[in-house]
Amino acid sequence: MNRVLNPESWQYRELNKRAPSLATLANTLIELAEAGHPVVAGTADLQHSNGLIGFARRFPERFTQFGISEQNMVSAAAGMATIGVMPYVATFASFLALLCCEQIRMDVAYCAQPVRLIGHHTGISLGFYGTSHHATEDIAIMRSIADLTVVSPADGPQFAAALRASVHHPQPIYFRIARGHDPIVYANDAPFEFGKAVIHGIGSDLTIIACGMPVHPAKAAMEALNGKGHSVGLIDMHTIKPLDRAAVVAAARKSRIVLTVEEHNVLGGLGGAVAEVMAEEGGGARLVRHGIKDEFSLIAPPTHLYRHYQLDAAGIESVAQSLLA
Amino acid sequence: MASSGANRWPSNGPGDQISDEQATHLRERARFVRLETIRLISIAKVGHYSSVFSCAEIFSVLYYDTMKLRQGEPAWPERDRFLMGKGHAAVGQFPILADLGFFDKSWLDDYTRLGSPLGDHPDMRKVPGVDFSSGSIGHALSNGVGMALGGRFQNQDFNVFVLLGDGEMQEGQVWEAALSAASHRLSKLIAIIDRNGYQLDGKVDDVVAIEPLDEKWRAFGWEVHEVDGHDVVALANLLRAVKADSAREKPCCIIARTVKGKGIDYMETEPGWHLGYLAPEDEARAREAILAGAQ
Repeated sequence: MNRVLNPESWQYRELNKRAPSLATLANTLIELAEAGHPVVAGTADLQHSNGLIGFARRFPERFTQFGISEQNMVSAAAGMATIGVMPYVATFASFLALLCCEQIRMDVAYCAQPVRLIGHHTGISLGFYGTSHHATEDIAIMRSIADLTVVSPADGPQFAAALRASVHHPQPIYFRIARGHDPIVYANDAPFEFGKAVIHGIGSDLTIIACGMPVHPAKAAMEALNGKGHSVGLIDMHTIKPLDRAAVVAAARKSRIVLTVEEHNVLGGLGGAVAEVMAEEGGGARLVRHGIKDEFSLIAPPTHLYRHYQLDAAGIESVAQSLLA
Repeated sequence: MASSGANRWPSNGPGDQISDEQATHLRERARFVRLETIRLISIAKVGHYSSVFSCAEIFSVLYYDTMKLRQGEPAWPERDRFLMGKGHAAVGQFPILADLGFFDKSWLDDYTRLGSPLGDHPDMRKVPGVDFSSGSIGHALSNGVGMALGGRFQNQDFNVFVLLGDGEMQEGQVWEAALSAASHRLSKLIAIIDRNGYQLDGKVDDVVAIEPLDEKWRAFGWEVHEVDGHDVVALANLLRAVKADSAREKPCCIIARTVKGKGIDYMETEPGWHLGYLAPEDEARAREAILAGAQ
């Protein structure tokens, strides 16, 4: 039997209060299961961290606790999917995308099973837990696997919308989500379509292309710079694969500078994906990739790390300002 | 096939034991597997003869006696599932799948040729009747755990048989899956270990020792049986009993003691045959040995 927290308990209330975007995971899966979708969920000893305890309590028979056996969880999820259920399995992104890379490639993607892999606490959001818990390579690894959709939602509402859309998505999906403290960008009813970027604007001076948690601070940076008389835009590239090439081309043709912003190594991630399109499609804009510059990230509280790596609003504004000068 | 109804071949012996006629048929099907393996590898010019020969009787008993299957219906939802950790033995599985009408027998003639769905390892996206792809050793028991869980979620009553290599015991994921299956009381999951004693680099127990296997699996919470993996009567009766035991709450592990290269004397005694190719004159001798063999 799975031990789950009582929603009336202190721990459960604290979890939902502290990590509203992650509570989205359990709440949306409950909604989908109640609507009749064959949703099942599993985790690897992290039901408190990812909030799946909420789902486990509502649908104990549809929840599997795999314990600290991430590879077994991914392979088993693929096996389950062959029986007609839709598994959503969640663990830290660092373990899911790196430790289970081969299981994802062979059992999920190559076997074309509709498994939804949810890598949470991605990027540097686990702060002082250190490099073992940081995931700054997961986009690069996951996007090189054929037939795998890679999605990095900006906030809870967009993640919920992506989860709702996922029940109609035939391919396996890797979701890269933050730790649940991410600030809200979108309204609950904002539209979402896999592979179609959200264009907040295209600037003649500079367009930021961001994904995940940095979308919110990038939006603030855009607004600040526009207030200073620059023409700056923002594209939320929530789906990294398949990439919205048309959105990249639009920015490359209309903007002088394209600045990618990601909580990931600049090698192989969003910046790499955008660079590939700009190299092939032309457009003339200068490309600058902002993120973790091919290093093992430092240890510090997350907000301190975002400041250090200039991934907060002031940092992104400063990077963009230096390019506009 | 246990539930093929009107197609069911020779009737049972006393109780639910297999009859002499059934045993003869199962031996004949094992010979068919070996002969077809030789034919197919003669097309590829290299292959895993000896890995198939150690489990030819296991293939024969599972497909022609134990498993609930329907001729010509590879995707029948109620079928028993079969997965292979030792996917490199697929060359022995493909002829059976064709024989069951899951795909056209002519596919076999193009084994491994450009565009063929049939390669050294089984691919579920290309080959009807393959319940899960394999090739990376160590995943299959986890895939089987998922199928058994999925069957439980969906209230379906099929069994999941997973054939594992003995060298595969060296993969850590096998033991994650073993813990998981026992923890979730997956009584519909049946692992069969082809304990032929050899892997690519030599004797399994010289490479990395795995014994005592029975004690390991018992300690991991499984019901364990041991059997001569070439004795079709013992194998079939054991698998029938295991399948019929509705009181069991644990997953079940069958350690099948086998001989790598069984049926060809020089493969049985020369461990270098994990991957090989028979020259035409040796191929003819091998066919004669198989046809002359008592098994």
